[in-house]
Amino acid sequence: MSGVRLLVGTRKGAFVLTSDGKREKWDVSGPHFAGWEVYHVKGSPTDPNRLYASQTSGWFGQIIQRSDDGGKTWTQPGTPPGERTTPEGTPKAESNKFVYDTSAETGKPLTTHQFYDGTQHPWEFKRVWHLEPSLSDPDTVYAGVEDAALFRSTDGGKNWKELSGLRGHGTGPKWQPGAGGMCLHSVVLDPSNPQRIFVAISAAGAFRSDDAGETWKPINRGLKSQYIPNPEAEVGHCVHRIAMHPSKPGLLFMQKHWDVMRSDNAGDSWHEVSGNLPSDFGFPIDVHAHEPETVYVVPIKSDSEHFPPDGKLRVYRSRTGGNEWEALTKGLPQRDCYVNVLRDAMAVDSLDKCGVYFGTTGGQVYGSADAGDTWAPIVRDLPAVLSVEVQTLP
Amino acid sequence: MIRVVLPPHLRGLAHVTGEVQVDIAGPVTQRSVVDAIEASYPMLRGTIRDHITQQRRPFLRFFACEEDLSHESIDTPLPDAVVSGKEPLLIVGAIAGG
Repeated sequence: MSGVRLLVGTRKGAFVLTSDGKREKWDVSGPHFAGWEVYHVKGSPTDPNRLYASQTSGWFGQIIQRSDDGGKTWTQPGTPPGERTTPEGTPKAESNKFVYDTSAETGKPLTTHQFYDGTQHPWEFKRVWHLEPSLSDPDTVYAGVEDAALFRSTDGGKNWKELSGLRGHGTGPKWQPGAGGMCLHSVVLDPSNPQRIFVAISAAGAFRSDDAGETWKPINRGLKSQYIPNPEAEVGHCVHRIAMHPSKPGLLFMQKHWDVMRSDNAGDSWHEVSGNLPSDFGFPIDVHAHEPETVYVVPIKSDSEHFPPDGKLRVYRSRTGGNEWEALTKGLPQRDCYVNVLRDAMAVDSLDKCGVYFGTTGGQVYGSADAGDTWAPIVRDLPAVLSVEVQTLP
Repeated sequence: MIRVVLPPHLRGLAHVTGEVQVDIAGPVTQRSVVDAIEASYPMLRGTIRDHITQQRRPFLRFFACEEDLSHESIDTPLPDAVVSGKEPLLIVGAIAGG
């Protein structure tokens, strides 16, 4: 029988939750990397045993971890436990070295972006927010980082190189940090076109490459944001998340700081589909595994009140690609609930019926084995959940 | 033999318990001790000092012999008690949140 494996990143470690295809009983392993912030854990689509994790700390910086056995054991890529240096005394790999490309050969090195107070500020690497394994090669993986940039490893995470065409394409000085920092948090790979990559940055907007990450352009036409001088500017929008269904890669959905948006032309233009949502502020957005027009969001009251409206934790589902939304409440707390659901903390499996999962800042991970009709907590008392990914296992 | 006490999280990364010991040929300084640690435990590169600037990470401090050495030059010789192995060099994480 097939099964699922949830990869949960929290403020104090990572957890791996596994179940069979019924998705009723769950085994919990962890915490892995106890005490560290784990921003994201994600598995390779081509090798489900290959997992990548972003382990980070304000004290000790960024660590990349890799598992080749589905999360049972982990190593820093290129530096297995017990193995020390090469005969020359140098490390075998530098898996935690993320250095912005400032070389003259590979573009226009940028040195500053806009800071909160409007002044220019140097780019400073802080952490990896999101790891996106390649759709075709388990050794290739992308890393979206703060301060916003995109890195790629082609050797299983041992070494990283910035795709500097994004940071250097020209609008960088207008990018600014959101409340969580200036992070590149979404990396979406087009399964129909290996050359096409989408990313999103808070607060800069969405960007697209059509040449495998060499060159980039902003794709923010149609977005309106009142917190920038020109609400319809080319960049400066606080995009919280973008999502795509693999069968319709030109159809994108976006949860912006405010507004739920839709694009039918791979981001060339967007229109609002917030419709009847009780609030169009929120963080995650995801698409049903088998229905490209079925979309999930978790409305949050506002940007200063990061909790659900009316103390009711409700996932909203649209089966019409937006505008018409229904509240999904069965099994979710409908009173006195004041948790948040962060941007990387929702995922769908590809079983039939589609499973939907999300984690909260209160440490609960909820799952639905019937596309959102009913929900149940898988775990209730983890540290604050930063990210949830799911693997559908054979 | 220089004795070094790492913060618990770095001991976990390095897969060690208790103190670590490193041999250093030449002057025993903050720089040479961290060089030796990184050579023996390459998984710690970048966790104690920045990869590029080589600056101590801001939330880490260096103590020894009940003194805060964090703001000494990284090339200043460490106290004789550290050089002789009588006392360890303590690499300590700042108390800041949790």
